[in-house]
Amino acid sequence: MGKAEQSALLDPLFDNNPIGLQVLGICSALAVTTKLETALVMSVALTAVVALSNMSVSIIRNKIPSHIRIIVMLTIIASLVIITDQVLKAFVYDVSKQLSVFVGLIITNCIVMGRAEAYAMQNGPWLSFIDGIGNGLGYSLCLVIVAFFRELFGSGKLFGLDVLPLVTEGGWYTPNGLMMLAPSAFVIIGLLIWALRVWKPDQVEVD
Amino acid sequence: MQHNTTYTIGFAAIVCIVCGAFVSGSAVSLKDKQVANALLDKQKKVLGVTGLLKAGEAPTADQVKEIFASSIRPKLIDLKTGNYVEGDANTFDQIKASKDPEKSIAAPANPAKVARIPNHALVYQVVKGEEVEMVVIPVEGKGLWSTLYGFLALDKDVNTIKGLTFYQHAETPGLGGEVDNPKWKALWPGRKAFGDDGQPKIAVIKGQAGPVAEDPYQVDGLSGATITARGVSHLVQFWLGTNGFGPYLKQFKERGS
Repeated sequence: MGKAEQSALLDPLFDNNPIGLQVLGICSALAVTTKLETALVMSVALTAVVALSNMSVSIIRNKIPSHIRIIVMLTIIASLVIITDQVLKAFVYDVSKQLSVFVGLIITNCIVMGRAEAYAMQNGPWLSFIDGIGNGLGYSLCLVIVAFFRELFGSGKLFGLDVLPLVTEGGWYTPNGLMMLAPSAFVIIGLLIWALRVWKPDQVEVD
Repeated sequence: MQHNTTYTIGFAAIVCIVCGAFVSGSAVSLKDKQVANALLDKQKKVLGVTGLLKAGEAPTADQVKEIFASSIRPKLIDLKTGNYVEGDANTFDQIKASKDPEKSIAAPANPAKVARIPNHALVYQVVKGEEVEMVVIPVEGKGLWSTLYGFLALDKDVNTIKGLTFYQHAETPGLGGEVDNPKWKALWPGRKAFGDDGQPKIAVIKGQAGPVAEDPYQVDGLSGATITARGVSHLVQFWLGTNGFGPYLKQFKERGS
């Protein structure tokens, strides 16, 4: 793996994280992070969609008439999302039921569109594919961290297994109801971005 | 890059055709699997509410099918009269029927906010040999965010509740979503659906209800989910009532089957 591939894959994890630095794709980060399981499936689905859409767009990047490029990208992304949704329904029915509309909403996830426009239009298919995987992983990383805290403190569980025994079930932990609601994800993402920028001060924006 | 209009239109057309082919290809090829999944999911829920499948058990698809085939008998009924009617119970879709103006009527105003009542409905009987052990009726109604769809299982006296479970809803996880909590669902079995006057009486209250023997008509509320809990009371009462399965349950009691 060359240097270009490596940076395409690893940069989005910390140096250029789509949620942490670019602050893209926040909507779904709020919605599907009440449980680790749904967050993980969502991550895989999004990673697949970004990688494949990046690759498809890159393959035809020199052929796309520039004034219809956005709608062409959207068509490709929308098709991939529908296919992903169909596959989830066929193979992991229970999880797809929990994710409900959010899989469909990958279409509107800014990361997918953003990477197609900003990266895939300028780079070759292989690099674009890697970039998609990288950005998908960067998104996944944030999602999983947020979901970890929300599931742990919100329902005392991890992957549906009891970790902190709940008061209602004879334990000692009183679950924090706020963690189950979307605003808590905002707080956690805020803290994450803060931590990231303390670690990497060059990400701090000059105001 | 500048291109002429013909090229642009041609390009757009090709993109559409290729994408369309992929989407329809995946939809067609995966359809059988999806339909099977949905059916299996429903059968699992029916088995779950009757207690034939214990919470936490994860049976294979074949096991579910086998238990379902051997001990569950789906029956089509006429909601108004409560009589059994002819028809294929396996393909009947009650939710679809409630949306079809020819197969349903507008519901009178009701607290469960049920908009339409189907003419025919599907009940599941749990049978042992020829004997009917339990009757499972489908219920639906509004919670806080969403319509809750579920099943209510009644013992053969059609008064004692055997279980309540929801297979589809979008209530707040951790609050209203606790209707899925096995601990809460375990509070239902043994309670009585109808009061002495024959009207549905079972309700979810605020706070804690007593044990089954002393407090047969009340179920613990869900903290932080007042509206969902109220919705559950309303929808259970609606479907047990005269506009719902009331006539059928009455007939069932008289006939004994």
